[in-house]
Amino acid sequence: METAQKNRGIGKSDEPMLTEPFSIRRIRKETFDTFSLELESGRSGGGFAFSPGQFNMLYVYGIGEVPISISGDPTGKKVLIHTTRAVGTVTRAMWKLKAGDTLGIRGPYGTGWPVEKAVSNDIVIVAGGIGLAPLRPVIYHALANRDKYGKVVLLYGARTPEDILFWKELEKWRSRFDMEIHITVDRATGNWRGNVGVVTNLISRSPFDPRYCIAMVCGPEIMMRFTILELQKRGISDESIYISMERNMKCGIGLCGHCQLGSSFVCKDGPVYNYGQFKEIFGRREM
Amino acid sequence: MENLESILTEHPFLKDLDKKYIQLLVGCSSNVVFKTGDFIFREGEPADSFYFIRHGRVLIETHIPHKGTIMIRSREEGEILGWSWLVPPFRWHFDARAVELTRAIALDGKCLREKCDEDHDLGYEIMKRLALIIAEGLEATRLQLMDVYGNSTKE
Repeated sequence: METAQKNRGIGKSDEPMLTEPFSIRRIRKETFDTFSLELESGRSGGGFAFSPGQFNMLYVYGIGEVPISISGDPTGKKVLIHTTRAVGTVTRAMWKLKAGDTLGIRGPYGTGWPVEKAVSNDIVIVAGGIGLAPLRPVIYHALANRDKYGKVVLLYGARTPEDILFWKELEKWRSRFDMEIHITVDRATGNWRGNVGVVTNLISRSPFDPRYCIAMVCGPEIMMRFTILELQKRGISDESIYISMERNMKCGIGLCGHCQLGSSFVCKDGPVYNYGQFKEIFGRREM
Repeated sequence: MENLESILTEHPFLKDLDKKYIQLLVGCSSNVVFKTGDFIFREGEPADSFYFIRHGRVLIETHIPHKGTIMIRSREEGEILGWSWLVPPFRWHFDARAVELTRAIALDGKCLREKCDEDHDLGYEIMKRLALIIAEGLEATRLQLMDVYGNSTKE
């Protein structure tokens, strides 16, 4: 886990709950219920430093605040991008906003994906559904520093072809010779000619070296549980597997206790956890 | 040049199978090729073959009136296709369609059943390997039924 303590975000100094206004530059519809917000700070010079895997608290004024992971490019710091599904009161209100409207932002919070630990190793990214969004910054980072890593493999599962996020980018990355992408959907109709089946099916035939590999997994917990089993079958050690947890985060700074998971707070000690250190808690019904 | 024996030996499904059994299986095998769009089998037809995919991709699908074709699972290089040849009434339950040029080894299901009946050690080896595939398919189906990527986030 790599924190971005060196990153100076916002709302973190004397008033950690204070948000900073960001204006919406663009709202991009990704799927029928998922969208990305491109945000700009009014600060001189703009910019927003974060580590891949971190999240911000986004405040729709008068409605409420939600934690959303950052899905943009950590190397292109001019625009802050968040991708989310319109699923509750706040995110539905967010989807109704327009370019030029303002949101309150504080963050970045939480631990990031182990992009430094992965140096000289293969990177295997296993994403399910909207779990691709918090992993996209890892891809940007790995491709911007391509010579530092071995193979870069993305295994992505979605419900249907219509639910696949970031299609154009996936196609662009797929055309590269230095990245391997396998996509599968749970079910398909029409002209789909790709894989059909769960994302765990892709692991056994993926070209990575389990001895020198860091796996980063994000998706529904049930998907991550079965993914870990398949990664273990391939011989990846528990210490080389990282997962991103989702809990009911409210304050984002480890004060309110809403996101407590065992002895940790997901907002502060997570959302990215090393599976080797977390396996006693992960998947336990009582947690 | 590759012959059937070497192709079967290298297929993951038959990994570490005794050479004498591979030679037995060769007697039930033939090379097959399917063009993009070809149906390999159709629901309700006699299930008389067992396929070891060497190259390409096959979609297992079913057709629902007024809903169209639903794709259920894909099979690729290194995987097997079909086990209805093993269980009565020996008829396919779904359609299988090549969506790329697909090369496979087809084993005659009746021939394979007879060989397994004659030599129970071979039968046990085949059953062990198939049980794994069937269990994986069952687990995958359960995950698909859970619809895990649906809305779950609460605000």
